[in-house]
Amino acid sequence: MTEVERHPYDVVVIGAGGAGLRAVIEARERGLRVAVVCKSLFGKAHTVMAEGGCAASMGNANANDNWQVHFRDTMRGGKFLNNWRMAELHAKEAPDRVWELETYGALFDRTPDGRISQRNFGGHTYPRLAHVGDRTGLELIRTMQQKIVSLQQEDHAEFGDYEHRIKVFAECTVTELIKDGDRIAGAFGYWRESGRFVLFEAPAVVLATGGIGKSFKVTSNSWEYTGDGHALALRAGATLINMEFVQFHPTGMVWPPSVKGILVTEGVRGDGGVLKNSDGKRFMFEYIPDVFKGQYADAPEEADRWYTDQENNRRTPDLLPRDEVARAINSEVKAGRGSPHGGVFLDIASRLPAEEIKRRLPSMYHQFKELADVDITAEPMEVGPTCHYVMGGIEVDPDTAAASVPGLFAAGECSGGMHGSNRLGGNSLSDLLVFGRRAGLGAADYVQSLSDRPSVAQSDVDAAAQSALAPFNPTDTAENPYTLHNELQQAMNDLVGIIRKAEEIEQAIDKLQALRVRINEVTVEGHRQFNPGWHLALDLRNMLLVSECVARAALLRTESRGGHTRDDFPQMDSQWRNTLLVCSASGDGLVPEVRVEPKEQEPMRQDLLELFELPELEKYYTDAELAAHPGRTS
Amino acid sequence: MAYTAKFKVWRGDAESGGLHDFDVEVNEGEVVLDIIHRLQATQAPDLAVRWNCKAGKCGSCSAEINGRPRLLCMTRMSTFTEDEVVTVTPMRTFPVIRDLVTDVSFNYTKAREIPSFTPPKDLQPGEYRMQQVDVERSQEFRKCIECFLCQNTCHVVRDHEENKEAFAGPRYLMRIAELEMHPLDTADRVRPAQDEHGLGFCNITKCCTEVCPEHIKITDNALIPMKERVADRKYDPIVWLGNKLFRR
Repeated sequence: MTEVERHPYDVVVIGAGGAGLRAVIEARERGLRVAVVCKSLFGKAHTVMAEGGCAASMGNANANDNWQVHFRDTMRGGKFLNNWRMAELHAKEAPDRVWELETYGALFDRTPDGRISQRNFGGHTYPRLAHVGDRTGLELIRTMQQKIVSLQQEDHAEFGDYEHRIKVFAECTVTELIKDGDRIAGAFGYWRESGRFVLFEAPAVVLATGGIGKSFKVTSNSWEYTGDGHALALRAGATLINMEFVQFHPTGMVWPPSVKGILVTEGVRGDGGVLKNSDGKRFMFEYIPDVFKGQYADAPEEADRWYTDQENNRRTPDLLPRDEVARAINSEVKAGRGSPHGGVFLDIASRLPAEEIKRRLPSMYHQFKELADVDITAEPMEVGPTCHYVMGGIEVDPDTAAASVPGLFAAGECSGGMHGSNRLGGNSLSDLLVFGRRAGLGAADYVQSLSDRPSVAQSDVDAAAQSALAPFNPTDTAENPYTLHNELQQAMNDLVGIIRKAEEIEQAIDKLQALRVRINEVTVEGHRQFNPGWHLALDLRNMLLVSECVARAALLRTESRGGHTRDDFPQMDSQWRNTLLVCSASGDGLVPEVRVEPKEQEPMRQDLLELFELPELEKYYTDAELAAHPGRTS
Repeated sequence: MAYTAKFKVWRGDAESGGLHDFDVEVNEGEVVLDIIHRLQATQAPDLAVRWNCKAGKCGSCSAEINGRPRLLCMTRMSTFTEDEVVTVTPMRTFPVIRDLVTDVSFNYTKAREIPSFTPPKDLQPGEYRMQQVDVERSQEFRKCIECFLCQNTCHVVRDHEENKEAFAGPRYLMRIAELEMHPLDTADRVRPAQDEHGLGFCNITKCCTEVCPEHIKITDNALIPMKERVADRKYDPIVWLGNKLFRR
């Protein structure tokens, strides 16, 4: 029998980024006992990397903004594949979620009349992003971390124990969800520090584990982003959607090699920075796609006037949605007009005074100065696309964040649907606030509705422990986890990256099949106490499973849309717009088999559909879908 | 371009440990964390190191390089000559768990002892109004990435385990200053800073400011102003007399 610490809770939240912490706050406010489990120290989650801001139509910078405009922008950004109900809830609730943060102690940058300042960002019609310089994610995570501390202080005052209702399990990794019949019964994991096992007995689990970027070589994501929540959900019997849509942020650092992929905030362009090729030309004017024709300036003069007069000018195409800008940069580099290290130039130095750049973009100034010896107030940056975000994730109910497995909930990047085929910058921080809260509520309602508690079978605990310890068993070939990880990243980067085609994706699937076999042979040295080789060996299984979902879905979708670009099918196809590709897993083994099946999405509610003009919808929808639109019937 | 560097890395646990020698490849533009990762991938797969973002934003990879508290991810190899031996050791103020990883729970304990933001009771969400110039003072302190290098370097606790109980450390004294300077915070922060969180231990040697990777002026902008407010409250003779006469 496996030796394991047992912790009974009402709700276990896996992941302590923005979505996880917001879920914790909500479930605790409902009086439940909550455990929050995080792979890193408390407060270090990937949310700190978010720079630009949090989108919410508060209308502080432009009074014309409202939830309908935000909703429309979000649907356009996602090329109308988004789950419209999620996009609706998100647009409606984001302002309240931001204001709430101020009551927790957040200090956003201010407008002259003392309200929260809002900045421009790609794809957003009006200045909409609440921000703190270029470190907005840090402000969010710290604010919620401190809110949790304040709730613990309240519990201490009431019960004499800080951890009476909320306990943080830091540097603890969950490797398996455990069910009782078809319902969630708990979660199994290990302490990184000691390697000892831990079992959470809880009827509800909220997954808030973030993304999958560590499956790609060039990425803005940290080591934690190994698709744990995606994989845990699949193995527990839940489904993933939209996994073919991976966002490559257009501006990552490209030099020096050791920092390749680190994010350069879109705020640089929001605040006036422009993209240029090696001829010094502002090339984005050549890349305005048909669906956005007429919405963006077609010459630099108008684009420059837009920064100061948005009523009478159209916005600069430097601020097109991220998928468009990333593809444009890719094309310029391919055409031989790139910068010395294989990117393009991002110029803010010639656009703003040095002091203003340092004030508005302090982290960027610091990052380039320290890591690349580049003074961004004096010379242009070199930037290129980097794997940044996965739109795909766990299929959830929009209102409650519930996955298809009873007791399982998901929020933030590891959930799917909200962003469709492409996420707008700034919509991630607001997403995790809105749906983090809803997941906390959903889990609380679920737990309170239960008549009996599920229980954890000892055989499941033993099996989970055995699987976790497998890398310590000697094998014939003794594969090194670092080597396998490298090969996986290279294959995904080269073959299922920003531009895809059938034969390359097939090659990638072959490589993944080979890795599936080799992963059984992975062996690690040393013992269980803080052993990074062992940790990677376990994370690798998740990365492999999730990579296969990405590759198989990418092969099936024979069109180009948002974060999925097929060289062999370069057009967007309205027949595909309403089709979701649903991934599920079956079988045992370290990495179960993946199946991908198409499914129709529910048509958009009529009142929401009518927020769009018919000519715009005609660019995305089939004639049959628009037959009932008032523009067609009258 | 590429060369072979000599590294000494501390390996061990709470019981015992020592410096281990490594010869390791270094390429252009790399930082110390890249080299530690290369050691993991090629020579020491179980070498324990804490890290996350590798971009100086999360504050996880704190350690001491040639005796100086630094972030491993923000220390470029080009700051050393090619023949210089680079010595990497764990932070000294906190108990070692393994190799470069230390037990930093002291900091989380201290964080819980600082009373949280206390807004005016009747102020509704969405009605907060503050001027940029007023929020900037606290915003500087909120740049803190909680790398704990200031806590590690502060001599009040670095060589004095016995002070840890009574001293919150620069990071959390700065947190008190941040709340004190928050335009809408209503709690009294001044007296507890001195009486409960050990502000008086600080003798403004500015070591914390010197090691801060975010370049926050911890001493000048947070600790000294708090000390001034304490002095105003505690030692001003008229305030002292008033307190004596009208104390409830």
